[in-house]
Amino acid sequence: MTAKNELTKSLMASIWFMFLTFPIMVIRVNTVTDTIEWRWQNMFAVGFGAFFLSMLWRYLIRKKEMSGKKDSQSRKSPIYQVIRDQKFALPGLAAIAVFTILFPHIFSMYQTNIMISALIYVMLGLGLNIVIGLAGLLDLGYVAFFAVGAYSYALLNLHYGITFWIALPLGGLLGAVAGIILGYPVLRLRGDYLAIVTLGFGEIIRLVMENWNEFSFGPSGIANIPKPGFFGMELSLHATTIYIFYTIVALVIFTIFVINRLENSRIGRAWIALKDDEIACQAMGIDKARTKLRAFALGATWAGMGGVVFAAKTTFINPASFTIWESVIILCTVVLGGMGSIPGVICGAMLLILLPEYLRDFGEFRMITFGSVLVLMMVFRPGGMIENVRKTYQFKK
Amino acid sequence: MKPILEVKNMTMDFGGLRAIDSLDITINQGEIIALIGPNGAGKTTFFNCITGIYTPTSGDIHISPPHGEPQRINGLKPNVITKKGLARTFQNIRLFTSMTVLENVMIGCHAVTKAGVLGAIFRGPATKAEESRIVEKSYSILEKMGLARYVNDLAVNLPYGAQRRLEIARAMATDPFLLLLDEPAAGMNPQETRALDELILRLRDREGVAILLIEHDMKLVMSLSEKIYVVDYGKKIGEGTPEEIRNNPAVIKAYLGEEIDA
Repeated sequence: MTAKNELTKSLMASIWFMFLTFPIMVIRVNTVTDTIEWRWQNMFAVGFGAFFLSMLWRYLIRKKEMSGKKDSQSRKSPIYQVIRDQKFALPGLAAIAVFTILFPHIFSMYQTNIMISALIYVMLGLGLNIVIGLAGLLDLGYVAFFAVGAYSYALLNLHYGITFWIALPLGGLLGAVAGIILGYPVLRLRGDYLAIVTLGFGEIIRLVMENWNEFSFGPSGIANIPKPGFFGMELSLHATTIYIFYTIVALVIFTIFVINRLENSRIGRAWIALKDDEIACQAMGIDKARTKLRAFALGATWAGMGGVVFAAKTTFINPASFTIWESVIILCTVVLGGMGSIPGVICGAMLLILLPEYLRDFGEFRMITFGSVLVLMMVFRPGGMIENVRKTYQFKK
Repeated sequence: MKPILEVKNMTMDFGGLRAIDSLDITINQGEIIALIGPNGAGKTTFFNCITGIYTPTSGDIHISPPHGEPQRINGLKPNVITKKGLARTFQNIRLFTSMTVLENVMIGCHAVTKAGVLGAIFRGPATKAEESRIVEKSYSILEKMGLARYVNDLAVNLPYGAQRRLEIARAMATDPFLLLLDEPAAGMNPQETRALDELILRLRDREGVAILLIEHDMKLVMSLSEKIYVVDYGKKIGEGTPEEIRNNPAVIKAYLGEEIDA
């Protein structure tokens, strides 16, 4: 394409934008004097802005196309190189560990609370990563399992006085059961159809919780959920926050450990095969139904446990915490971070939860920034921030 | 010679369309058999029926594995049939594109291994041993197929001919007694086709698998197969040695059309 061509296209874009924004940016009715003000300077601002942004856009796209199609396996993203290099990995891990241990002591309780939410989302993201990133099953109702976990702790505690540490594995288990219950009817579905059914499932769970007053106390929710106790000791509010922080850190580490092992196992490979090609996967002797159910159940386990932690952290839950919006955010962390990549999903969750939190000063521009980041990421790095790199094996020749 | 696959009177209907019309096919141990016919004759449908992707409308499919009980396999799921020892490749390559070449072959070992979720998480000695066994096995299969230098590359980045061979390697990893190849030479250049010819013979002679082959490359079919079945519109119109098929008037008619007497 010639430079002239590029200029014409950007010019067209800017004219189009001036035309589109004309009624709102240029014309203004002054209701006091009943006159119309023509703010032509705004039109020029829009025109110039659109022109330069369009040029920039075109330039970046071209640059991306010039760099060619190199796959992540041969390119070796720098982050993976660092992670896999023993020289950097150990000091890096040590630094992260020290930072994590000191975090609640350096920063305020507000910061610690934000970090706890972010870590809950890391856990949810990693769990959904099994379902979407590895097994390729587009699940839009993932928050339902989160709700199952939260409600199991709240209700079991209310009725039977079950404590946090017993509720945690129970929440995971009930999440897994819910995953299998959802999994059975959708075994035959794939792609868009699966997405719609899971979306419906998520809404069903929320609506049941909202309307079944006798069971879940309806929209008013359940309050006074106890925070976890430390071997029966009552802790101060400050101390419990720190305690929950360390608990969720431990849980995240546990999650990473398990998913890392699963990913490069017989089970994990079967999931990826299922994602890549369902028919070939069966032709290789993989039981499709079983593999799908496993993915749903294992993915939901983490959501269930995350839900228990969430209920313990906020001490109050109601159906409003488990809307479709939550599912979308968790889905975004997986897609933005990099499907199937553990460090990617961690970064994605941190970014998506912490960014809106620290962007509060920008007021109404907060969500627009958030949206733009998502769009730009998908255009320029469709594989996510940190693309997954498969394990390599060494052989003696 | 002992028959290992016997298809009797198999019919497959899709609504009103009869894709396969009472077909009989027998394959003996260690044979290379070709299934040929014009486009749309029902060859791939036949493969799909045998491997469980479709359930045939009527008829019987019997297998008698060299080390196992004879049984009827109509209507079993594809993964169960693979476990019984029938492996296949696909006409349009269906590799697992986001995995490495080695992992593609390791997937083939899925049916003959058994590590579960807990095994994968705790990675006990049994799981570790199994894992290193399938890595070794997969690597040695890749070596035999001449794919060893691609081990850690993503399957999607392989040259076309290598992708075809990887499909065969993956199928071999399931330890089959019968290998079904759906147009393995499609899109290959003459050198690659010659190499494939040798490869298929080697698989039969060294690994002892019987091979059923769908192919349009007549040179390959004629040089390789001991017996050829010809189908057209789902019906068998001829069977016999390559020499017999070459002179069969019904076959010539199906491929070239009838002569018009002017």
